[in-house]
Amino acid sequence: MSGPMQKSFPLWLRAIGTVGLAVLLLYVIPFAIPSYLVSQFATVLAFGIAIIGLNLVTGFGGAITLGHGAFVALGAYVSSILIVRYGWYPLATIPVAAVVCWVAGLCLGFPALRLQGLYLALGTLVLSITVPPLLKRFDTLTGGVQGLIVGNPSPPKWLPLDDSQWIYFVSLVLALIGYFVARRIVHGALGRALVATRDNMLVAAVMGVSRLNLTTATFAVSSLYAGVAGALYAMIVGFVSPDTFSVMLSLSLFVAAVVGGVTSLFGAFLGSLFIQFVPVWASDIDVALAGMVYGLSLILILLIVPDGLGGLCRRISEWVKGALYGRPEVPSPAKVENALKPERVTP
Amino acid sequence: MSLLSIEALEASYGAFKALRGVDFAVGEGQIHVILGANGAGKTTTLRAISGTVERSGAIMFDGKRIDQCSPRQVVAGGIAHVPQGRGTFADLTVDENLRLGAYLRSGPQVKEDRERWLSFFPRLRERLSQQAGSLSGGEQQMLAIARALMLRPRLLLLDEPSLGLAPIITQSLFKTLVAIRDATSMTMLIVEQNANLALAIADQGLVLESGQIVLRDEAARLAKNDEIRRIYLGYE
Amino acid sequence: MNLLFSQLADGIADGAIYASLALALVFSYRSTSIVNFAQGEMAMLSAFTAWQLMAWGLGLFAAAAVSIGLSFVFGAVLYFCIVRPLSKANLLTVVSVLIGLYLALNSLAGFIWTYTIKPFPSFFPAGHLKIGSFNVAYETAGTVAIISAVLVVLYILFEKTKVGLAMRGAASAPDSSVLVGVSVPVMLMIGWGIAASLGALSGILVAPRVFLNPTMMFGIIIYAFAAATLGGFDSMIGAIVGGLLVGVIENLVGTYVPWIGADLKVIVALILIFATLLIKPDGLFGRRKVVRL
Repeated sequence: MSGPMQKSFPLWLRAIGTVGLAVLLLYVIPFAIPSYLVSQFATVLAFGIAIIGLNLVTGFGGAITLGHGAFVALGAYVSSILIVRYGWYPLATIPVAAVVCWVAGLCLGFPALRLQGLYLALGTLVLSITVPPLLKRFDTLTGGVQGLIVGNPSPPKWLPLDDSQWIYFVSLVLALIGYFVARRIVHGALGRALVATRDNMLVAAVMGVSRLNLTTATFAVSSLYAGVAGALYAMIVGFVSPDTFSVMLSLSLFVAAVVGGVTSLFGAFLGSLFIQFVPVWASDIDVALAGMVYGLSLILILLIVPDGLGGLCRRISEWVKGALYGRPEVPSPAKVENALKPERVTP
Repeated sequence: MSLLSIEALEASYGAFKALRGVDFAVGEGQIHVILGANGAGKTTTLRAISGTVERSGAIMFDGKRIDQCSPRQVVAGGIAHVPQGRGTFADLTVDENLRLGAYLRSGPQVKEDRERWLSFFPRLRERLSQQAGSLSGGEQQMLAIARALMLRPRLLLLDEPSLGLAPIITQSLFKTLVAIRDATSMTMLIVEQNANLALAIADQGLVLESGQIVLRDEAARLAKNDEIRRIYLGYE
Repeated sequence: MNLLFSQLADGIADGAIYASLALALVFSYRSTSIVNFAQGEMAMLSAFTAWQLMAWGLGLFAAAAVSIGLSFVFGAVLYFCIVRPLSKANLLTVVSVLIGLYLALNSLAGFIWTYTIKPFPSFFPAGHLKIGSFNVAYETAGTVAIISAVLVVLYILFEKTKVGLAMRGAASAPDSSVLVGVSVPVMLMIGWGIAASLGALSGILVAPRVFLNPTMMFGIIIYAFAAATLGGFDSMIGAIVGGLLVGVIENLVGTYVPWIGADLKVIVALILIFATLLIKPDGLFGRRKVVRL
């Protein structure tokens, strides 16, 4: 999936960009803005991780799931239960949440991914609707409607950080790891196999690639990402309750993936920014406006920039490069759109 | 005066030009057959007439220009098209297929017509309440033709009626077509790969190659034409 | 015994509503191969419309009738403006637009009518009908009666009229429909209109029980999904049988399986959907698409 342009920006430009981004992420966000905003940016990073997972399974695997929130919920609750009921050191719960979600993704992905197209979307949508009632039902473990108070993990004593700065940095590290691991997956042999099955299942099958095994593996990895995101989320907010993980969470993640661009890993964070801040601004005007903004932006994004904000950024940077090297070249979004054509099949 | 006349007909699928200036005329009550290799533009010719493909040029039917008409208007004007691969309604019963064939008509004549066509295709009468999808290939072709006839068309377009049928079934099908023509003086334009059989029942024949007519003659003479015999009839 | 009977009766009444909503899903699916995720939200808007009409002074029956009529128009417009342009779109676009519609309609209702719940009058008086030694609530009996009547009307429309035949033809083989002179878009538009009307009916029947609010259909649509899946997305009979089965199973399980109870009934829908899709993806009555040359 490397772009048509192999040339990169000149060194000075890349240096400025890297330093700028580092200053933003390492200084401005954690130290120069109010602490409640720091937590919000930590949430952006956490959900960004979840959305990367969604990109893997939807954008590259071609399977549309509306049940990603269920795995975020699972990760959040695994982490919270270990912290609250068993007194674990908070950060140590993250790998456990990741593994549990990976296993759950594997177990659920195997039957779920036999469903194709709209049926998978339907099944996973129903799955995410059943999450809150399930959480309420097992109240001895989950605390039921009251939820669980997890608290914010404190930084080690030798670090001069407050709680929200600490969890922000933890999220940042995990987000970076998640991003680069996903890049490896997408750009490696596995990524090519994924794209091949997504675009032409038959040809891929002839070449010895099993769609089912491959998408199940992707589904499991994406669930792992969701689990990490969920565990982080529980620690950022310090509290989990069933209503946090309603169907709206799954739908928001889906909105974020589409708005950011399902084939853009970087776009995952743009999508995450979108669902973190836009609904808040919208509901300042009217509570109902958030859903409307979501709904309309989904439709508009697909009409105007089908490859999402991430794709838009990529195209702008390609264009800048083209201008720099005297060869203006604007890659069309058609390529991406074409790539995103999982066949509409009835099972 | 011919029932159908076509001048400078062109049609394309995107950048690909399937027809490049085709002209011919079909007289009332005649059977014309279009021969040609795969991709020569035979099917496209029929689709251009029925309006199911983008086309330009002049198509006159019964003295009126129809090249700007929508498929629905063409059908209403009296041209029935039996597409390649039958195009029956697999989920509907045989009887419902026939009723749907007469969608644009009403009145007592519909019932009479149904009886009449069923007398040409007695096999269908036995299967009236069966789903079309469960019929054999030959029966589906009969149903497709009977359904097209339910329109009471003046011109019947048939696209490869023999496709996928056993030779003996094809033969009886062509006999039925002749019988229908003799009984009703229906005009027919048939696209066929089975040149032997088709030329045997047709009055006129056309040969298409790369979207152009390369040969036209009376069917009987075409059947004797050396080149035709070599290419389409398999004689050396 | 009496408990069992009343659970069965409740199950059938619930099932009748699920059936009408599932039928709405089937109509949109048969015509356009789209599972309309927003069907429940459309039904909710229709119920609000009826409520608004009553607030403006219309009687319940008149308000319901007008709302059902308006819903037909809305469904038809939706088909032309949104669904039809989607016919060649990729799956991601289709799902996104459906989810976008779902979110937008949901908040539209909240925007206009706020999220406070409102009572909605029932067509039926309180009280019970005595059948032998059993009691059946008027509402239960009435719901079943209304849905049955609607089904009869639909049956006549599809089996006995020319338009119904053409609609079935357009859904079954659009290309051939053109060749017999059927206007396919118009037929599909009518299909979406009927779907919206059926949804409106179920919304209006359900509103008195769950009270009127923008999230009122969340708990209903999921059973309708289950019903349509169980019956087969392309089968009208399937939607009806599936609806009744889901209604009865849901009530019986909620009463007799203590582990699940009333709170977790929704998991019945999840299990039914996954089990059906995995064991018999076409549902009980759905037809496997056979391609024949």
